[in-house]
Amino acid sequence: MDDPKETKQLTAGDETDNKGLVTRVKEGTSALKDRAMDEAKEYKDPQETQLWKSIFRVSHDRSDPRNRSLAILSNVFLHLHPAKINRDAVRYPFTWGMGGITFYLFIVLTFTGVLLMFYYHPTKADAFRDILYLEHDVPFGKLLRNMHRWAAHLMVITTWLHMFRVVLTGSYKRPREFNWCVGVVLLVLTLLLSFTGYLLPDDQLGFWAVTVGTNMARATPMLGHEGPFGAQLGLTAYNDVRFGLLGGSIVDSNALLRSYIWHCIGIPLVASIFMAVHFWRIRKDGGISGPAPVVLESEMKAVKKK
Amino acid sequence: MMRRFINKWTVLIVLLLIVGLWAINVHDWHQLWVISSTPDNIPIVAMLLLVPFFTWMGVKQAVANDRLIESLEADPKLAKTHHRKVEPWRPGWARELHVWPYLVRVEFLATVIVTVVLFIWSITLNAPLEEPANPNLTMNPSKAPWYFLGLQEMLVYFDPWIAGVVMPSIIMVGLMAFPYVDSNPLGNGYYTLRQRRFALWMFGAGFLQWILLIVIGTFIRGPGWIWFWPGQTWDHNAVVFDKNVDLHDMIATSRFGKTLGLGFLAHDPFKFLFGLIVVTGFYIVGGLFFHWLMTVDFKKISFRPLRLFPKNEFEQRILQRTSILQYLTFQFFAVSVLLALPVKLILRLALTIKYVWVTPWFNI
Repeated sequence: MDDPKETKQLTAGDETDNKGLVTRVKEGTSALKDRAMDEAKEYKDPQETQLWKSIFRVSHDRSDPRNRSLAILSNVFLHLHPAKINRDAVRYPFTWGMGGITFYLFIVLTFTGVLLMFYYHPTKADAFRDILYLEHDVPFGKLLRNMHRWAAHLMVITTWLHMFRVVLTGSYKRPREFNWCVGVVLLVLTLLLSFTGYLLPDDQLGFWAVTVGTNMARATPMLGHEGPFGAQLGLTAYNDVRFGLLGGSIVDSNALLRSYIWHCIGIPLVASIFMAVHFWRIRKDGGISGPAPVVLESEMKAVKKK
Repeated sequence: MMRRFINKWTVLIVLLLIVGLWAINVHDWHQLWVISSTPDNIPIVAMLLLVPFFTWMGVKQAVANDRLIESLEADPKLAKTHHRKVEPWRPGWARELHVWPYLVRVEFLATVIVTVVLFIWSITLNAPLEEPANPNLTMNPSKAPWYFLGLQEMLVYFDPWIAGVVMPSIIMVGLMAFPYVDSNPLGNGYYTLRQRRFALWMFGAGFLQWILLIVIGTFIRGPGWIWFWPGQTWDHNAVVFDKNVDLHDMIATSRFGKTLGLGFLAHDPFKFLFGLIVVTGFYIVGGLFFHWLMTVDFKKISFRPLRLFPKNEFEQRILQRTSILQYLTFQFFAVSVLLALPVKLILRLALTIKYVWVTPWFNI
């Protein structure tokens, strides 16, 4: 036989091992639990997690001014803002928030517009039926279309009110003259976006509105066949500017397709570029104009003679 | 003398009287309801409330600033130490705030509110959908979307090439020119009326005209683009006999014209020359009118002794800063749009005049 001591030791070892299995599991579990608790405590502050840090790069809500600034500066969506602004500029009565709301409505319109595109074919055969389908069969289709329509109208209103405020506060003055011009272009693009969308349901309302609208193009001086000097330049209903807009001499399938492409791709693309310039220039021109300290009439300097 | 009677109460009473008189004369409330409750007209109905509201909001701040400016002008010592805003400020307060969170939270709140408004609007009102497009069945009235009704209404007063192409282009270019012709350096970044009287009146007049044309196009123009007062029934069988005549014909055939022997004005080339003179005269008179408006001191106008052209010293200083190019550019846009539009509107609606200048190539 083997050494009894060894056997004893073995059995003793077995015994301790057997005993220890439960204990060890218990101990292990409690150790694991403690560790999990410790780690969970670390997760208690989401801003300390690797995931958070990887996304946001800095913590946002610290009272530390550096972090507050970094929250703006290191965020792609917020970096158009300055880190700090005039303390009175956040008061609603000064800006009315109309510029920002206009931009938000553009985003809402892009979002609902893309969803609408899933259900819409810009053809004479399908367009009207697609709207009926959208209104009656697509889940929330009616809500989607309504929201796109009303957001578009609201965007026209907010654009006008934004311009109105800019005039009242004299914010178009030096050095913001050029940005005002960019804004006027954006106004035109907003109206054109709305107008091109009007034809898309291919119903009587859109058809006649666009017919009336494009009939004016017939009379464009030197570009339309009924306009001043149009006939003298050899223009007819088949080669003038209206023909180019409609892709034909009447509002028909080509007009629908052109309208669709301008509405969904052409104008949004151009408008986005102008918007980028508009927002960038706000920063470059020194942020929003006020509320600025008043200047007195007696302090107005004479124009410098060069 | 007049000033004593013009206060907010008399204005309110007069407005109420007008509304009351109009309400008594409304024959067809249903028609009015049909027009203003059409889903596509809701935005312009909203504008009728939003524009006065925001005007009030702006004017309120402007008046507060103007009071501050007045007190600082009167007290140069205070002007040196004052923080120069009506918003409160105490020493020790930071002049600037962190955008995170103080601005971002306002923006977030705004998006939430706009989203809620949009949802409620979209649940309660359906986007219009008419019959399928049918080129053989003309809609009557056939109207553009409300924001283009101003242009469509202009078609009544001008030929399509002016109303549809030239006017919109002039308006857009004019808007872009606005900052470059406004030579007044004051009022940059704060609401004020007294420092920017002329610029604000000019822009306000343009904005008001635009809204007014849209309101006419929306509420007043019925089938056949015929003028129906708000509250009148839209009669689809109504026919209006156009009695519009050209200005030269009107003068040539009038008793006044005949006694003076002006019958030749009805023929070429005299009608061309006559129109040219009328339009040139309009630009000259219009220019003089705006020039007067630019520098006049309304408070000093009196009839006994006759003083119609008293100058405002501050406005004159602004005019001195204006270059000739700025001045002429402004005059061109002001006379061509701000004045020509209401003048043509009155000529057409009240005096049934169609064209003032008839040429072989274009008519105005």
